[in-house]
Amino acid sequence: MSNQRYDVDVAVIGGGVTGCAVARELSRYDLKVCVLERTEDVCSGTSKANSAIIHAGYDAAAGSVMAKMNVEGNRLMDQLAADLDIPFRRNGSMVLCFSEEDMPGLQELYVRGVTNGVPNLRIISGDEARRMEPNLTDEVVAALYAPTGGIVCPFNMTIALAENACANGVEFHFLTEVTEIRKCEEGYELSVRETGERTNVPAGDSRKAESGDGADMSGETAADLQEAAAPDNNVVRILTTRFVVNAAGVYADRFHNMVSRRRISITPRRGTYCLLDQEAGRHVDKTIFQLPGKYGKGVLVTPTIHGNLLIGPTAADIGDKEGTYTTAEELAEVTAKSARGVKDIPYRQVITSFAGLRAHEAGHEFILGEPEDAPGFFDAAGIESPGLSSAPAIGIYLAKMIAEKAGAPVKKHFIATRKGIPHVAAMDRESRAALIAERPDYGTIVCRCENVSEGEIVDSIRRPLGARSLDGIKRRVRQGMGRCQAGFCTPRTMEILSRETGIPMEKICKNQPGSEMITGGA
Amino acid sequence: MQYHDIVIVGGGPAGLAAAVAARKAGISDILILERDNVLGGILNQCIHNGFGLHTFKEELTGPEYAARYIAQVEEENIPYRLNTIVVDITRNREVTYINREEGLVTIRAGAVILAMGCRERPRGALNTPGYRPAGIYSAGTAQRLMNIEGYLVGKEAVILGSGDIGLIMARRMTLEGAKVKVVAEIMPYSGGLKRNIVQCLDDYGIPLKLSHTVVDIHGKERLTGVTIAEVDENKNPIPGTEEYYSCDTLLLSVGLIPENELSKGAGISLNRVTSGPNVNDRLETEAEGIYACGNVLHVHDLVDFVSQEAALAGENAAEFVKRKASQAEADAAADGEKQKNAETAGERAAADRKRKKTVTAEERAAADGKRKKTVTAEERAAADGEWKKMVTASEAEEDAQPAHTDRRGHANGIPLIAADGVRYTVPQFLETDGMRDSVTVRFRVADVYRDRYISVYYDDQLISRKKKKVLAPGEMEQVVLTKKSLAEYPQTERITIRTEVE
Repeated sequence: MSNQRYDVDVAVIGGGVTGCAVARELSRYDLKVCVLERTEDVCSGTSKANSAIIHAGYDAAAGSVMAKMNVEGNRLMDQLAADLDIPFRRNGSMVLCFSEEDMPGLQELYVRGVTNGVPNLRIISGDEARRMEPNLTDEVVAALYAPTGGIVCPFNMTIALAENACANGVEFHFLTEVTEIRKCEEGYELSVRETGERTNVPAGDSRKAESGDGADMSGETAADLQEAAAPDNNVVRILTTRFVVNAAGVYADRFHNMVSRRRISITPRRGTYCLLDQEAGRHVDKTIFQLPGKYGKGVLVTPTIHGNLLIGPTAADIGDKEGTYTTAEELAEVTAKSARGVKDIPYRQVITSFAGLRAHEAGHEFILGEPEDAPGFFDAAGIESPGLSSAPAIGIYLAKMIAEKAGAPVKKHFIATRKGIPHVAAMDRESRAALIAERPDYGTIVCRCENVSEGEIVDSIRRPLGARSLDGIKRRVRQGMGRCQAGFCTPRTMEILSRETGIPMEKICKNQPGSEMITGGA
Repeated sequence: MQYHDIVIVGGGPAGLAAAVAARKAGISDILILERDNVLGGILNQCIHNGFGLHTFKEELTGPEYAARYIAQVEEENIPYRLNTIVVDITRNREVTYINREEGLVTIRAGAVILAMGCRERPRGALNTPGYRPAGIYSAGTAQRLMNIEGYLVGKEAVILGSGDIGLIMARRMTLEGAKVKVVAEIMPYSGGLKRNIVQCLDDYGIPLKLSHTVVDIHGKERLTGVTIAEVDENKNPIPGTEEYYSCDTLLLSVGLIPENELSKGAGISLNRVTSGPNVNDRLETEAEGIYACGNVLHVHDLVDFVSQEAALAGENAAEFVKRKASQAEADAAADGEKQKNAETAGERAAADRKRKKTVTAEERAAADGKRKKTVTAEERAAADGEWKKMVTASEAEEDAQPAHTDRRGHANGIPLIAADGVRYTVPQFLETDGMRDSVTVRFRVADVYRDRYISVYYDDQLISRKKKKVLAPGEMEQVVLTKKSLAEYPQTERITIRTEVE
């Protein structure tokens, strides 16, 4: 229903999991949609540094938007994971209670969960919990068990949503920062600054991984925003749109406050994590939370979908929206707290630590929809935990609302599924052999720790919205994610990225421009 | 399934030397599997000199040293496959590898030699706080980028850890025009060779700060600086000693870890101190016919010792294959004889079963006899206790477990005990049957010691002691045990190697 007066119908600010989920759901409708992402890739902010879990939904206050979205998002995950080939497992979760005096708190959580509509919740004794999870400490007196809790790959979830949105015509503009938003007529005018240029790669002979009939995947070229000439870092362009979706994570308050007098405030709440080697990945099977008690809020211990063990997060409110650094104190806190519920965690097997920023809104509630004084501007703000779990529901909720308001009909040829990059090492012998016969580069292992082949790395680059940085490759195919942390495969991966994209070696970045890996020819 | 007498996993210095030695010992059917696109392993990126003083009595660069062995491999026409990564090894010596030409292939091996080398400990393992920008490299990765690919990784560098690769890279980066500001080492002594400290740091005026570590990393995209602080005896940073260094590169040289994922996959348990398999004096792991040598067994200081050790593994693997072959021949002959006499398949099967039973019973009896000789658990614990007292606080955590925990497969051996400042020994077991005239035992010490003896005990009997002016963890030490001396003490239940003060 493209309206000639506007460049696009909907501009989504932010290519995190929320923005991508909204974009994907919007792409079901006959709307011209674009995603404006300030960094060089999707999944570069909060979506890439979190607990990687799909919460059951007993945490959020009964009747809250958060509760509704969480429970609904959780319910949607099986289908979504199947449709978009997202690594996901319902491993179940437990909330540990350490003292009899805290039991009312556990009860309350149970009741809240039931009220929120979380299925199959049970309170179990400490002994039963230990039977299910032998590495729980003797301090555990009881636990709330939620079989619907799950673990997911947050990178591939976001990337899958984005790729599928792209396959359905959504345009993605990277290194594109929105600096101002102004109300104009019935829509909005966005000042947009391009901070760099994303290299284009012809689709090449990459496997047709997408389902459907090979729909045009070239939506990523951002042709209408970028001119042929190299972008001037300070050139600000104007983009007009009927609707705006504000999915800007920790920056959502900034955009909201540009258009609404009902101000909101988002505080970055830093969470620090430690990731352990896959050898430690079976230390627990379920996601183990601690009931907040007299010792404060605990940390979780969980296997990841890829078989590592993850512990964390801390919670520190900070002023810096870019403050994703770890501190010695917070790292120490992670280990100290995790030991309370789970014994013998092999901390010596930590392979990396990291911090993410939750977009904490003062009222600890998701802000979804239009502010009264800014029609056509749709917030997806305050999306902190359980934001990942809620993303599928938020996407549907906002897209419906926008499509209704736009009067946009449902598209006839929506591509509902997407196939991920094959993880060759996990395949059975015959399939792997067949694949290598077809594409020999699946037979060259580049990342030894995670058994990632050159073919997978090539795919990660050649796909629509493909990787343009080492971190982008890592998030897509896990190259460098293992125990040597890219010690061996960095030079080789840089070469492949350079060869595939034509980016000179000196310009190969870890992630954003400015994160160049080398400083010149020797 | 294809069969080869000896399959060697890894075509670095260890794999090459093992292959050459096995061929010289008379095995023609050898296959080397190498994951990189050239033979030579990590030597290819070690373009500095100092290799081969022991082996060739001259100073070679890494590629030159490798070339000497590669030439022998070529001369001997030993087959190898490049760009081929082994993905699985089983205890019964089936090796699965993958490459782009053949895809996924499983082969059977008469003997397997593990020569996979080691990898570097990454930043993540240190849990260093701060941002995670570009510009942080393990020293070996930077070495590869500079020496093989020809790129400069940075212009101003700080190096954390004084392992040999870090020291070598300090010099290398300086020669390429970068400014190396400081090398920080958390321990009160260097982890590298003395000669490298002199030739790579002192000669270029690069300060080495002992008992210092990186406590913060600055810069969100590319590294902009690091904060270094002094640490106390428990390796905790001392507040108030922080110093900021602006730099765009941080190189880590904080330890090497033998790459034993494949060994683990084969069910071979690892030694907690070396992170390599426990081996007997033939360098055979607890899995029969699977040998280990080089940095996958324990991290070496000099490649010359890798070559020596690997040659021994190659010879022993060759002997094993030959022994098996003659056994099989004898068995086949015996079977043939029986088969002639046996009238039905049923009878033949019965005979087979019977034979198997006899062998097992015999073997069991023999093993039982030997086992009695081995030390009791209490004795071992006592020795361990003593040893634990000796390790420094810093290492107590890392080496909480004694060197000799797993006895499976080595039940017939006399255990070698590392005690009183000796961190480990390789081999960990000595099997007197078929022992060579002399066995070299290699080890490292736990701390810097001055004027100490290295002593060898057979049980409580002092056999030899050698005075050393300085002992340092960065340098590998060795003692030689002789068959002759052991013959004088046939009842020996354990061999202890320890350091002793006057």
